[in-house]
Formats: sequence, structure tokens, C-alpha cells
Amino acid sequence: MAIVVNRPKLSFLENLYFPGIIKGLIITIKHAFKSLRGETHVTMQYPEEKWDAHLPDYYRGAPTLVKDEHERERCVSCQLCEFICPPRAITITPGEIPKDDKWGKVEKAPKAFEIDMIRCIYCGLCEEVCPEQAIYLRKDYAITGTSRAEMVHDKEKLYEIGGVRTGLVNKWNELK
Amino acid sequence: MLAAIDLFFLVSTMVKIVFFVMVVVMTLVAYTVYAERRFSAIIQDRVGPNRVGIPFTKISLAGLGQPIADGLKFLLKEDFTPKHVNTFYYWLAPALTMVPALMSAAVVPFGSEMAIPFGDEIYRVPLVIADINVGPVFVFAITSLSVYGIVIAGWSSNSKYSFFGGVRSSSQMISYEICMGLSIIPVIMILGELNLTKIVEAQSANGWLLLPAWGNGLSMQSWLLLIPVIISFVIFTISIFAETNRLPFDLPECETELVAGYHTEYSSMKFALFFLGEYAAMIIGSGIIVTLFLGGWSLPFGLSEHLLANKGGFWGIITPLIHFGCFMSKVVAFLLFFIWVRWSIPRFRYDQLMRLGWVFFFEIALANIVLTAIIMVVLR
Repeated sequence: MAIVVNRPKLSFLENLYFPGIIKGLIITIKHAFKSLRGETHVTMQYPEEKWDAHLPDYYRGAPTLVKDEHERERCVSCQLCEFICPPRAITITPGEIPKDDKWGKVEKAPKAFEIDMIRCIYCGLCEEVCPEQAIYLRKDYAITGTSRAEMVHDKEKLYEIGGVRTGLVNKWNELK
Repeated sequence: MLAAIDLFFLVSTMVKIVFFVMVVVMTLVAYTVYAERRFSAIIQDRVGPNRVGIPFTKISLAGLGQPIADGLKFLLKEDFTPKHVNTFYYWLAPALTMVPALMSAAVVPFGSEMAIPFGDEIYRVPLVIADINVGPVFVFAITSLSVYGIVIAGWSSNSKYSFFGGVRSSSQMISYEICMGLSIIPVIMILGELNLTKIVEAQSANGWLLLPAWGNGLSMQSWLLLIPVIISFVIFTISIFAETNRLPFDLPECETELVAGYHTEYSSMKFALFFLGEYAAMIIGSGIIVTLFLGGWSLPFGLSEHLLANKGGFWGIITPLIHFGCFMSKVVAFLLFFIWVRWSIPRFRYDQLMRLGWVFFFEIALANIVLTAIIMVVLR
């Protein structure tokens, strides 16, 4: 069944069309002046303005390695992160810590630790799976480079971004 | 034979052509595009292009380098000619849209007469490229030629969208040409003059047509004549909108139905020429509106008369420059109005456009002529 929608009855002024046009022009110029006075929220001007201060605590940025309060590498090269990583971005070459070292009982530390930031999907599974709490997703998001090689973060770079995190895992301390 | 050629006239005309058409209009075209983008942005609560400034530095100058970057991009783009087009007309069309737009700049007076003291002689240079006695008629004759460019572009592109754009454009031009011509007859009747320079001089002395507030303009007749003048001003402005294919009458290139209308198949500099033509026509159109209704280069309230009264070397150069600035500011204001309207009003439907042209404006313009004649006869 056809539904009849009646056309609205226009008044004389509306039929003249000009008042409508002028009303529209006033609306647009109001917006223009508001923008000029800076009262409108416009797009953030990215490189100059950044949203960094508003990033939430759970923000997942670049994955990094962290050291503990004794400047010891937390990573023990268990390779769990390498195995769980969905895009296989992590490559670990395990190495041994000599027996007479201060941290000899830790037994292993990575000889090389590489995260390919082109592959990384920032899922955070590495952080979740790490038994030593050695890998963390920091708030860095602008990871750029001019070549593929530059986009692979090696151990040095990872520690540089990661820094130190104190008092999370205490099982390797002297007292235990 | 050689003596018959006025060398000074030749040189000064060349300088005027290069200065007004190449330097002023072309730069204004580029910056109108920029203004369009910035103005539309602030209307729509956006930012617009604000990055490009001086190359290789971080100085952005609020994006004032954007037009130069755009022009460079147009030059460097691949100039692609599709296989299915009629090559000769395809190449001809962009030039045919652009040339008439620039040609009509010839009769627009952009400043008062310049008197340059050189040696012991004073050279007089009127600041209009061609001071001819058929001003508005010449403009109508030339601007209506630009429809050929659009029609030829639409036809030679051999694509249905371009074709529709071309056909629409020609019918639109025909229907608006008539009311445009009729709408300025009251102006010519009131001023009794077809020479645009003299039209401006008369308005400078006796009040602009839309603002008769000094000189002989302070009479009962001028103020009563405001009614027909306002009517013809509105019709003429709307016709200029239609003539330059600007929104709300941009049916030949309406994106939603026709991809890009008559220039769908064009790329790189050929496309840019269409663009240039459209904006140049807009600038010249506003120049003519300003000349006819808003006193051209003259300052309001008879100030121009005071300036022109100052004779002597130095003033002969300064006064025309002040008047040129006045003309340009009026034109720029009008261009901003063009842009403002474009981003406020939606496109007309095709039948509405035709109805507006043939049923309303044509009749109103005709009645307006009669009204003007009556007022002029009664209040003589």
C-alpha cells in the first residue's frame, strides 16, 4: 500500500526563498567567526601538538626490554615471547651467563634480542606471557625509519627505550 | 607609416596587459583557490591548508605557499590524453575556456588615469587596458564565448558524464545570459553611458548606484531608483554565479551526478586551465559587478574627488594607486562573498534552475526596466 506523504505547506516568506538563503548564510558565517576566534574544537595539529599527556595507562606502544634495580637484564631468554608473538616479530639468540658471574644462578641472558617493528602489531601478548616481567609495552608510538633495517630494534635500542623498572620480580635476589 | 604608431601607447598597453592580466588576475586566481580552501575550512569547523610556506624551512606562513605548490604539482603531473577522445578538440577546449575569461579583463577599469611626468611632458595613462565605448556589451559577447570551451570539452571527451556536463552548461548559459543582459539595462539607463571608465567616473562624482550618498546622488530620484538598482544588482549577481558555473549553479560539473562534469577526462595542466578559467571568470565577474554597482575604483563619500583634485607630479601616480587598491579590495570582498555563498547553499535541481532563469528572473528583469523608466520620467 502506498503511503502518501504530503508536501509541507510553505508560507509566503518560505516560498520567496531569499529569507532561507540569508538564514543559511548567517549560520555559516557564525561558524566561520567561531573558528576564527578559536572557539571551535578543530583537528589536533599533530607534530606541534601531541596527545601524549592524555595517553591512558593501558596504552600499548612499542614493546621494550627493561632492566631491574641492579642494572641486570631481566630477560632470561626463555623465548616464550618469541613463541607467542603472533606476527613473529621477535627473534632471540640465547646466551649463557658464566657460573662465576654475580648473576650466575640466572644462567641465561639474551645474546641478541631483536623486535621487527614493521611486523609488530602491538598486541601486548609478549608482555602478558613474560614470566620475568622483562618486556613491556611503553607509550612510544611514533616508530619511524627510512629502511627496513632501521625498523628492527636491537637489544641496545630496546633497553634505551625501556629503561629500568624496579621491584617486580625478586626471585633472583641474594636473600632468596 | 612608422610615425603613425604611437609607441608610448603600445608600450603602456603592453605593460597594463602584463600587469593586470598576468600579475594581478593570475595571482588572485591562485590565492582565491587558497582563500576558498581556508574559508570553507573555517565555515565547516576545519583547519584547511596551513602547512606549506617557504620551501626547505619550517616557516609555514599560514599555508600561503600552498597555491605555488599546487601550481607546481599541476605542471609536473602526467598529461594524459585518453585513447577515445577527439584529440584536436580535446586540446583546444581548455584554452577556449580560459581565453575569454582573461579577455573580458580588457575593459574593466582598475584605477583612475595615471599622469606620469617624464621630462617636461606629462604622459596620461588610463588604467584600463582597452577604453572602448561598448564596455558591458563587450563583456557579454566575450564571456558567453566560454561556453564553447565547456561544450567542446564535453563533446570531445567522448564520455557520457562529460557530455551531460557540456549540454547542461550550454542550456544554463543561454537561460542566464538573457536575464543578465536585461538586468543591467536599468544601470545603463540611469547612467546614460556604455563606457565603463565613464560609468565609474560618474559614480565617483555622484554616488555609487547602490550608495547614492554624495554629489548629485543626494536627490529623491537616486534614492527612489535604488529599488530597481537593487533588483538588477541581485539578478546580475545571481546571473554571474550561473555564468561562472559556481555553486549553487554548478550543474555542469556537479560531482554527485556527473563525476566531474565536462572536465572528467582531463588531467594535469589542461585540467588546471579549466580551473584557472573558472576562477578568472569569477574575478572578472566580480570586477564588473563592482564597476557597475559599487563605483569601481572610487572611494566612498566623494573622497575620490578630493584625491583627483590634487594635481601635480607626485599625486598623478599616488592617486591611481590608491584607487587601484580600493578596486582590488572591493573585488576581494566580492570574491569572499562568492566563496561564502558556495559553502552555504546547496546545488539547485536542474528544473529549478531553468524555472528560476526563464520564469522568474527574465520577467523580473523586464519589469524592472519599465519600473526604472517610469521613475526616471516621473521624477525628472
